[in-house]
Amino acid sequence: MTSTNQAVTRLDGPDKVTGRARYAVEYGANDVAYAWPVQATCARGRLDRAETDAALAVPGVLDVLTHENVLRLHADGEISPAHMGALPDLLLLQSKDLVFRGQLVAAVIAETPEAAREGAAAVVVVTEAEHARLELTVGDDEAIVPDITNDLSPGHVARGDADRDFADAPVRLDTTYSTAANFAMPMEPHAAMATWDGDRLTVHASDQGPPWTAMTLAGLLGLPPSNVEVVAEYVGGGFGSKAAPRPPIMLAVLAARLVGRPVKVALNRQQSTSLTTYRGPSRQRIRIGAGTDGRISSVIHETTGQTSRLTTYADQTVSATRLMYRAEHCRTTTNVLPLDVPTPAWVRAPGEAPGMFALESAMDELAVQLGMDPIELRVLNEPETDPESGLPFTSRNLVSCLRIGAERFGWSDRRPEPGATSDGRWRLGMGVAAATYPHYLFPSTATARVDSAHRYTVRIGAADIGTGARTALHQIAADALKVPMSDVRIELGRASHGSAPFAGGSMGTASWGAAIESACRELRRRISAGGGIPDEGLEAGAETLEVMTPSNFSRHAYGAHFAAVRVDRDTGEVQVDRMLGVFATGRIINPLTAKSQAVGAMIMGMGMALMEAAEPDTRFGGFVTQDLAGYHVPAHADVRDIDAMFLTEEDPNLGPIAGRGVGEIGIVGTAAAITNAIHNATGIRIKDLPVRAENLLLRVAVKAGER
Amino acid sequence: MKPLSYARPRTQAEAAALVRRSPDAVFIAGGTNLTDLMKLDVVTPDLLVDVQDLDLTELTHHEWGTVVGAGVTNAGLAGDIGIRRRYPLVSEAILAGASGQIRNAASIAGNLLQRTRCGYFQDVTKPCNKRSPGSGCPAIAGAHRELGVLGTSEHCVATHPSDMAVALAALDAVVRVRRATGSVSALTLDELYRLPGDRPDRDTTLEPGDLVTAVELPAPTGAPSRYRKVRDRTSFAFALVSVAAMLKVEDGVAVDVRLAYGGVAPRPWRARTAEAALLGERPTDSLITQALQAEFATARPLPDNAFKINLAASLTRAVVRDLAPAQKAGR
Ligand SMILES: Cc1cc2nc3c(=O)[nH]c(=O)nc-3n(C[C@H](O)[C@H](O)[C@H](O)COP(=O)(O)OP(=O)(O)OC[C@H]3O[C@@H](n4cnc5c(N)ncnc54)[C@H](O)[C@@H]3O)c2cc1C
Ligand code: SF4
Repeated sequence: MTSTNQAVTRLDGPDKVTGRARYAVEYGANDVAYAWPVQATCARGRLDRAETDAALAVPGVLDVLTHENVLRLHADGEISPAHMGALPDLLLLQSKDLVFRGQLVAAVIAETPEAAREGAAAVVVVTEAEHARLELTVGDDEAIVPDITNDLSPGHVARGDADRDFADAPVRLDTTYSTAANFAMPMEPHAAMATWDGDRLTVHASDQGPPWTAMTLAGLLGLPPSNVEVVAEYVGGGFGSKAAPRPPIMLAVLAARLVGRPVKVALNRQQSTSLTTYRGPSRQRIRIGAGTDGRISSVIHETTGQTSRLTTYADQTVSATRLMYRAEHCRTTTNVLPLDVPTPAWVRAPGEAPGMFALESAMDELAVQLGMDPIELRVLNEPETDPESGLPFTSRNLVSCLRIGAERFGWSDRRPEPGATSDGRWRLGMGVAAATYPHYLFPSTATARVDSAHRYTVRIGAADIGTGARTALHQIAADALKVPMSDVRIELGRASHGSAPFAGGSMGTASWGAAIESACRELRRRISAGGGIPDEGLEAGAETLEVMTPSNFSRHAYGAHFAAVRVDRDTGEVQVDRMLGVFATGRIINPLTAKSQAVGAMIMGMGMALMEAAEPDTRFGGFVTQDLAGYHVPAHADVRDIDAMFLTEEDPNLGPIAGRGVGEIGIVGTAAAITNAIHNATGIRIKDLPVRAENLLLRVAVKAGER
Repeated sequence: MKPLSYARPRTQAEAAALVRRSPDAVFIAGGTNLTDLMKLDVVTPDLLVDVQDLDLTELTHHEWGTVVGAGVTNAGLAGDIGIRRRYPLVSEAILAGASGQIRNAASIAGNLLQRTRCGYFQDVTKPCNKRSPGSGCPAIAGAHRELGVLGTSEHCVATHPSDMAVALAALDAVVRVRRATGSVSALTLDELYRLPGDRPDRDTTLEPGDLVTAVELPAPTGAPSRYRKVRDRTSFAFALVSVAAMLKVEDGVAVDVRLAYGGVAPRPWRARTAEAALLGERPTDSLITQALQAEFATARPLPDNAFKINLAASLTRAVVRDLAPAQKAGR
C-alpha cells in the first residue's frame, strides 16, 4: 500500500492542539528583550527627529532604535529574486521620508513587552507632514501601466485588435466591477525572534519560506548567506503575507543588533494593518464582444489598483482572462496609481481572486444577455489550445469540472429567470463560476538520510504554514523510500536544510515533493549499490534544477464553483446555503489536507464576497478597520454546507509529482459564484465587493412586488 | 502599558470609595470591553476595582417583575429558564450578540456600559470628540456606515452597540444605581444614557463611583415579542440595525405595541412616536412605513448610513408580519 493518495490526518495535529508545537516567539532565549514599534501618524512627510529621553527613562527600557543608531542596510545586496517587491519596506529607518501612515519611525526595546510599549508611547516623533493622496481613482494622470505585474506578465498585453472587434461585435457587454482591500490576517500575527552571535544571525520567524528569507536577510545585512539561519518549524498561517520577510522580521534583527541581546517582535492586529501588506483594492472594467450564438470574439479587461510610494506592485488581476475563453482578440491592461498608502502585496491568489470575480461575473451577465445557460456559454467558448500562448494544454478539464459539478449540485433545478424561487421571506438562487490557477514549479533541494537501524530522516527547507504540507511530504518520502511512514522522520522549516521555494503560488508540494522524491530515490540507489547500510549511515541530496525546465505546454489548474444562496427580502441579508467546488489539479497526495485547503479557500472566497473589507482611511491614511471585530471573516454560522472534490486526473507533464497546488484555486471565482447566485435569486447584479445588505435591501423588496 | 493596581473590595461602599479616590480608577466586571480599550490606550486606568465580590449576582423572579443583578453574566441571563419564559426578548437579544465566550464573561452592567465601536474612538492617534473632547469628529466625513442617524449631534454620531439594552428598552427596564454618595436611584434607560450634544465624552448620567447594582424588569405583559438583528455576518457582528418588538393585536388592532431599535442611535432607541402612531390601529405595512417615517423625522442621516432608515422600516414591517398573524392563529 502506498502512503500517498491516502487521507492521512495531519501528523502534527496533536502537537498543535496540545501546545507542544512551537511558533516563532514561543522559543526561549536567555536574556531576551522585546521591541515595540513607534509608527508614523502622518501619511506623507518627513521625519525630523525622534526624541527618546522620556522613553529611555521608562523602567525596563534598554534602548530606542532610531534612524540615527540603526544598522545601515545594503539596499543593493543580493536578495531572493522573489523578494524584490518586498525589499523597500524592509529598509527600516534607512530614510527620513515618510510615505504611509503606520510606517516604522522608531522602536523601543525593553526587558518586557509592557515596558517596550510604554516606552514607545513616550517617544516624541517630530515630523513635517505634507498633503497626502489616499484615494484610489480610475483614469488618474498619475496612474502608470507597469512593465511587469506580479506574475511577470506585462502591464499591457494584446492579441488581435480587441478594441476594433468589440466595436463591431453583434453582442456587446461593457461592465465595471470593484473589489475592496482585503487583509491576510493569519491566525498567528507576524512575529520573529532574532539572535546574533558575532556576525551569525538566527531568526525564529513566522515565515512561509525560510531559505529565501535567509538569503534576503543576508543580502541586506551584507553577510554570507551561510551566516543566517531562519527557523520556521510551525507557522500559524500566512496567506502570502509571510512569503517574504516583512518589517517585523527586520525589526527584530535590527533591534537585536542594537542591544546585543535576542529580541522578540510580535505584532498586534492594529500594527498588522500597516506593517505586513494587504490585498489592494481593484477597479475593473470588462468588455466582451460576441456573436448572437454566444461565441466570444473579443475580451478587453482593464484594471486599476494602488501601490505605495516605495515600490510598484501590481496584482496579476487580468492574467487569467487571457486564457480562460476562446477569444481571437484580447487586450488586458493593468494600471497602478501610486498613493501614500502601505504597500499592497500577496494575499492568496493575488490577482486571480479579484480578477476572476470580474471575468466570471461578466460571463454571467453575458449569459443573461444572450438568454443562455451560463455553463453552456462557458463550454461553447472552451478553447482547444491556450489562446494566449497557442500552446497545447497539459490537461484542461474545465468542462468536466462544470459538468460533474452541475450534476452533483443539482444545477438542473435552477430556474434561469431571476427571482423565480423563494422560501418564505427568502429569495433563492444558484450561481456558477469557473476557476483557474497557474501551475508553478521551482527548483528545490532536499536530503535523505538513513542510519544503520534503517531509520530515515528527510530534510527540506520548506515551511508548513498550516496547510498539511509536512504530512503530504512525509507521505511522498515514505513512498519514494518504499517504507512505511513510521520509518521516516521529516524535518522542515530551516533555511540550513538547503534552498527551497516558499510556501506560496500553490507550488510547494509539487516543488518540494520533487526534490524529496529525487533525494529518496538516490538514497535507495546508494543503499543497494553499497549492498547495505554502513554503521555511519548514508545520505543523499537532490537538487531539482533539471526537472523544472518549462515544457512546451500550457500548465494550469481549473475548477468550477457552485453556490446556492438565500437573500432576505426584508433586509437584504445573504446566506450561503451550499457551495461546491470541483477542481482538476492533477494528482492529489493527500485527499484530506487537499480538501481542507480547497474548502478553506472557498470560505475565504465567501468572506471576500460577503464581508471582508479593509476600509481605507482617506483622511488620515492607513485603514479605519483595524481589528477582527471590525474586519469580518466568515464565522461558523456563515459556513454551512461546503464541499470540494477533485477530479481524477493523470497528467504526466506536470513534473515528477504530477500534482498541481491546491492552495489558491479555491478562492478563484468563488465570489462570482456567490454574486451570480444572488443575481439568480433577486435579479440584482452585484458589481462591488463585498456585498452589503443596503445594496440589496430596497431593490429586493421592490422586485418582490409584494407591497 | 502603564502600571496599574487591582482591587477586589468586599463591600459596595468600599468599592465606591476606591473609584472616587482617583480620577483614573474604574470598575471592572467581565473586562471584555474594558480590557480591549485598555490595550488600545483608549482607557488608561491606574486602578481597576473588580465588582465580582460585591454580591451582584441575584436573579429572582416575582409577580411584579424580575431582578437581575448587575454581575449576572450575559450567558447566565440569556439561559435562565424564567427569563426565557417571561422575557424571551431578552434571551434573543443577548444571544444575537457577541460570541459564546464573551457572553460567558460579560456582565449585565458591563453590557449596558460598553463603549461605542466607532473606529476613530478606538484609535488614539486620530481625533475623536468622545475620547478627546474638542478634537473633532472625523466619522462624519469619514467612515460612518455603522454609526447613528437618530439622537446624534454635529459633535458625535456614535451608536451604542448593545443588543441586550435594546430589549431592555422595549421592556421598560429600570437600572438600579448605588450612587457614590451611598444613595440609591432607579433610572430608566432614557435617564441612564445621555445624547451626545456637545459633550459626547459622557455616555451616561452616571458619576464616578456610581455602581450599577441591578436591572429590574416589570411584570411581563404577555405580548408576543421578537428581536431581529441585521448585521454583516450571521453571528459575532454588531448590529447595522436591530429591533426589539412587542405587539399585541386584538380584533385586528394593536392594543400593546413597543418598538426599540439598536444600531441607529447613541442609546437603545425607544420609538415612542412610532408606537403612538400604531396603537389602536391595524398594523398594516403602509401604516408602519408612516409610523417609522414619523419616528425618523428628526434623523440626521449621513451618506453611508442613510440606508438604516429604510432598513429599520423594512425590518419592522417584517417583524410585525411575523408577530401579528401568530396571534390570529390564537398563539
Ligand atoms: C468581538 C466582540 C463582539 C461583540 N459583539 C457584541 C454584540 O454583537 N452585541 C453586543 O451587545 N455586545 C457585543 N459585544 C460587547 C459585549 O457585550 C461587552 O463587551 C460586554 O457586555 C461587556 O461586559 P463586561 O462585564 O465584560 O464589561 P467590562 O468590560 O468589565 O466593563 C465595561 C464598562 O462597564 C463598567 N462597569 C462594569 N460593571 C459595572 C458596574 N457594576 N457598575 C458601574 N460600572 C460598571 C466598566 O467600568 C466599564 O466601563 C462584543 C464584544 C466583543 C469583544
Ligand atoms: S462619531 Fe463620536 S466616537 Fe466616532 S469619531 Fe465622532 S466623536 Fe468620536
